[in-house]
Amino acid sequence: MVGLEHYLIVAAALFVIGIFGIFLNRKNVIVILMSIELMLLAVNINFVAFSSMSGDLVGQVFTMFVLTVAAAEAAIGLAILVVFFRTRGTIEVEDANVMKG
Amino acid sequence: MMSSDFAVVLPELILSLYAMLALLVVVYAGKDGLTAALTWATAGLMVALALWIGLGETGIRVAFGGMFTDDAFARFAKVTILVSAAAVLVISQDFMVRRGLARFEYPILIALSVVGMMVMVSAGDLMALYMGLELQSLALYVVASLQRDNAKSTEAGLKYFVLGALSSGLLLYGASLVYGYAGTTLFSGILTTVSAAVPLGLLFGLVFMLSGLAFKVSAAPFHMWTPDVYEGAPTPVTAFFATAPKVAAMALIARLVQDAFGGVVGQWSQVLAALSVASMFLGAIAAIGQRDIKRLMAYSSIAHMGFALMGLASGTAEGVQAMLIYMVIYVTMNVGTFAFILSMEKDGKPVTDIMGLNQFSKREPLKALAMLVLLFSLAGVPPMLGFFGKFYVLKAAVDADMAWLALAGAVASVIGAFYYLRIVFYMYFGSEGEVTTSRMAPVQWLALVAVSAAMLLGIVNFFGIEPAAIAAAQSLVG
Repeated sequence: MVGLEHYLIVAAALFVIGIFGIFLNRKNVIVILMSIELMLLAVNINFVAFSSMSGDLVGQVFTMFVLTVAAAEAAIGLAILVVFFRTRGTIEVEDANVMKG
Repeated sequence: MMSSDFAVVLPELILSLYAMLALLVVVYAGKDGLTAALTWATAGLMVALALWIGLGETGIRVAFGGMFTDDAFARFAKVTILVSAAAVLVISQDFMVRRGLARFEYPILIALSVVGMMVMVSAGDLMALYMGLELQSLALYVVASLQRDNAKSTEAGLKYFVLGALSSGLLLYGASLVYGYAGTTLFSGILTTVSAAVPLGLLFGLVFMLSGLAFKVSAAPFHMWTPDVYEGAPTPVTAFFATAPKVAAMALIARLVQDAFGGVVGQWSQVLAALSVASMFLGAIAAIGQRDIKRLMAYSSIAHMGFALMGLASGTAEGVQAMLIYMVIYVTMNVGTFAFILSMEKDGKPVTDIMGLNQFSKREPLKALAMLVLLFSLAGVPPMLGFFGKFYVLKAAVDADMAWLALAGAVASVIGAFYYLRIVFYMYFGSEGEVTTSRMAPVQWLALVAVSAAMLLGIVNFFGIEPAAIAAAQSLVG
């Protein structure tokens, strides 16, 4: 029987993979955008799991909002990535270093 | 039912409809030719809405089944946000034109992010909180990379986007845990749940949400985006980042911890106290080595957020009131300081190196004097207004039996005073060297002089914001 805890564990694992994808990745920014997407989808699994276990629809409504915002966020992220590429000619993470810090 | 709900959100509706309509009009009509008119119209509308909100309703109104609350606290924060956003738009106009940045998108994006902030401070539900925060953040990611042919600006936008999205993810994961263990997303429902018992999952959720929000107020240890974004973004955008979004995020933290977790102060006040101490010391120490005034203001804002969080960490109505007064004073000081930073130039090009300010008082005595007052006020030297802001939060911490926190704050503010006073030293006693000049539009000059005068004159009665702040704090905590 698959219970609530199984969904929560999967979601937590995906969320942590997303965070590590942002920090450990040294290659390119597209991977970071994918990691962000992964984090948001992990949260959606949480919401839907909680919602279906408690029989309360609010969690699924929240999921719809999260999906919509994630789409807008991806669009803006890619747009910023395009202007970054135009000025620098690269999208490698290590090249984002004009400013120290 | 529905129409009364819409009456509550009318200011937000007006501003968002205005932004969308303005977008249509400028795209059809004149594109960038209308930017100046659009900037003034946006600022004017914001001030008008601030007057309406500030002088209008007095009670508590709840809309959309508790998702949206309009109380004295929300109104106080909204007036601060609207007025500071309008002030920043107006002082930036001249800079934007001279640097070839006068794009019509800028005032529209600012208006949309202000709508997001207004939703944030009125949120009564995790969904409203998230949607407001994202509307604000998405608009801010774009304005950070507004100067799209400049390597620094696009890099600032990219860094802000990546870390901002990460913080939204943390906040959202926390929200999902809170929803799961409380069974509702309404703040009032969460408050009922925690008053019975606090499940561990709910606490995890709260800590995740606070970390996500700490990113937004740039509290240490979640501050790492701040110096780079402040340095890289065009100066008017930096000025905006340092003012309205900070007020909104701080008010949102206050609303979350008081409205949803008000029954369990002990559970979150230690978290906020830790964030506060880390921010105050990091802001004070890391700024010492900075020579770029925009980076310096970034560390300065980290330290100031530490003080504001100290007010919240005390968990009392007095603490919330101290935080509100602190934020108003902080925002006012920043508007004045950035009016000056926007005017700094050398051979017609904008500069931000503080070494160029050597002997500035010989060239521009009045502006140097105004900056002296502002920097003293930022450092918290009495009798400037900045001192009273710090005094209120320290007092709130002491009254809440957190004397150690107040002591740490006092030590950090002494360390932090060094780098503000160093700029004053350069302006008055520095050695002759490279020369920065200051070319100001009348509005910038007015902002600088009026704000520095307010820092001195405000000590009489704080221009009457104190009763308003008390009422706001009572409506949130009481």
